[in-house]
Amino acid sequence: MKVVFERPRALSDVTTHYCPGCTHGIIHRLVAEVIDELGILERTIGVAPVGCAVLAYNYLECDWQQAAHGRAPAVATGIKRALPDRVVFTYQGDGDLASIGTAEIVHAANRGERITVIYVNNAIYGMTGGQMAPTTLEGQVTATSPRGRDIKQAGHPMRMAEMLATLPGVSYLARVAVNKPANIMKAKKAIKQAFMVQIDDLGFGMVEILSTCPTNWGLQPAKAMEWVDEKMIPYYPLGEFKVPGEVK
Amino acid sequence: MPKVEFNVDRCKGCELCAVFCPQKIIKLSEGINKLGYHPATVKEMEKCTGCAICARVCPDCVIKVYK
Amino acid sequence: MLGEKVLMKGNEAIGEAAIRAGCQLYFAYPITPQSELPQYLARRMPEEGRVFLQAESEIAAINMVYGAAGTGARVMTSSSSPGISLKQEGISYIAGAELPCVIVNIVRGGPGLGGIQPAQSDYFQATKGGGHGDYRLIVLAPASVQEMVDLTILAFDLADQYRNPVMILGDGVLGQMMEPVEFKDFEPVKIPKPWATTGRKGREKNIINSLYLDPTKLEEHNWHLQAKYREIAEKEVRYDTYRSEDAEVLVVAYGITARIARTAVDMARAQGIAAGLLRPITLFPFPTEAIAQAAEGAKALLTVELSAGQMVEDVRLAVNGKRPVYFYGRTGGMMPTPEEICREIVKVAGKEVAE
Ligand SMILES: Cc1ncc(C[n+]2csc(CCOP(=O)(O)OP(=O)(O)O)c2C)c(N)n1
Ligand code: SF4
Repeated sequence: MKVVFERPRALSDVTTHYCPGCTHGIIHRLVAEVIDELGILERTIGVAPVGCAVLAYNYLECDWQQAAHGRAPAVATGIKRALPDRVVFTYQGDGDLASIGTAEIVHAANRGERITVIYVNNAIYGMTGGQMAPTTLEGQVTATSPRGRDIKQAGHPMRMAEMLATLPGVSYLARVAVNKPANIMKAKKAIKQAFMVQIDDLGFGMVEILSTCPTNWGLQPAKAMEWVDEKMIPYYPLGEFKVPGEVK
Repeated sequence: MPKVEFNVDRCKGCELCAVFCPQKIIKLSEGINKLGYHPATVKEMEKCTGCAICARVCPDCVIKVYK
Repeated sequence: MLGEKVLMKGNEAIGEAAIRAGCQLYFAYPITPQSELPQYLARRMPEEGRVFLQAESEIAAINMVYGAAGTGARVMTSSSSPGISLKQEGISYIAGAELPCVIVNIVRGGPGLGGIQPAQSDYFQATKGGGHGDYRLIVLAPASVQEMVDLTILAFDLADQYRNPVMILGDGVLGQMMEPVEFKDFEPVKIPKPWATTGRKGREKNIINSLYLDPTKLEEHNWHLQAKYREIAEKEVRYDTYRSEDAEVLVVAYGITARIARTAVDMARAQGIAAGLLRPITLFPFPTEAIAQAAEGAKALLTVELSAGQMVEDVRLAVNGKRPVYFYGRTGGMMPTPEEICREIVKVAGKEVAE
């Protein structure tokens, strides 16, 4: 009898602070599996965001820097420019990347910065207690949109993958979800691709991952997984928006 | 015979494994673990196919799968 | 150009000095009156096989500094007042995470967009922290193009030695001024950086971080920082004096203002007033002791600044009420003439020395 599934080496053997059923944990594991498969643990440097994933530096066994809110792509740029032969990735939430950090992500992508961005879109600000994010869906109730997001007042939910895919510096860009086993397998493939384009020096790689926040959505973890299918995917379609070799 | 092993004290009782297990053999146990949750457990291990779906949806890497 | 004197603009001299000091990466965003510095480094850094990157904003630039400094490389950024305000978030993180780096502020008049003429109105921001939290930068204030070179080289060494951001606080006059400078032959100090995040090969993982969720840990970290600042205050104070031994009116001024004040001191002496000058070179740590001692022999002090009065507060703290401390300042990019300062010295002497 052999082991067919176990904790990846790059994933620290600790209990995380994430809420029960929060899919940040699945995404951490997928990144760890990819790091193991590519054999890059000893030359990888992660950049942790401000958000629920702020403590990611305790959960993956690589070197880490913790960045100011939204600034992870600039911090990653500094690391990568100093050490071009290392693998550098950021792990950012939707408040971090799509609100306060829009300038940094757009310009890192536009420069074709050789970094990998793991962008976790859970349509809400998790860490601060469930306020509206730029990605919050129309009508979605949050702590700061108590009557549901009104697009006249707050604008439309931002589709970062589509927006960034227009930039020539981007080599790989996909949107995936981690709300069911088949999607999780696809998410891992996309994460691997986003690391591969960096290792092959092709350009900027990013994966937008639709993730759950059962706590602030006010849903049981299993129901939150369904909510991704019912509400998020129709607005945030899954797929690859840019693959290497595609010249615009 | 395929089997799953739970790192009981890491389980947060979110039940995602139970919901996604195709054999529907995972349940939350009566007892409480160190974290204060009812951890997931399998009664009829002989029905496990070792598909590892439970492990893949577990956000806390609680499950080790043998086949 | 080793050993010989070359004519250089202050801003460019900082750039060349940074290269000599082993600065590997430079990140910045254009702003007057420091743009000669990025322009110079845009050409020189690639020549040396090093990194020049024009960032999308000062916020991005300082966070690139954070990332690169975290790998153990020598890094610099530069800007002028409005841009330095934008960098404050990043500077606070850098101070918290104890990363060495050099930040150049070629100060211009404020507040707001202010103007593009020289000023010293960022003294508070530079010396009292600037961003959130209890932290200090080491602040060096050159008064000549040669000192811009020497203090830039010193800045990189101090940054590494204390794992602390160091600010060069200059002004538009110094930045634009052409003066002969000499680049002496030297080996940059090499301090091991076992904490750097370079990939964990052959060691435990490293984390660059300023987050301490446990208040006991955060307090511990703060006491550690304070102990470091005290050590810096003990060991790194630098200042210069001119005709101060028998001075009855002691002028205190830094940077370009000190050069004008020096002429004013001579003018006052010619009129029979025993004037002298004390010029802080380090603004943090501030030469508190030196000023207190010099004040013993003086009847009064006169602080002159290109601001509405900022350093004067530190001078008053140093003197601690034992002598009157007068202030003369110009703001908005206006420069005092030596005659103006001399007039102030005469006024102070008339009040405090005559009787
Ligand atoms: C400059 C700054 N502004 C605001 C905050 C407060 N803050 C912490 S986390 C967060 C939002 C995080 O949301 P997101 O990026 O979506 O990540 P999640 O927690 O949902 O994973 C905010 C606003 C901060 N730490 N720093
Ligand atoms: S608040 Fe939401 S995003 Fe944060 S850990 Fe809990 S479930 Fe996850």
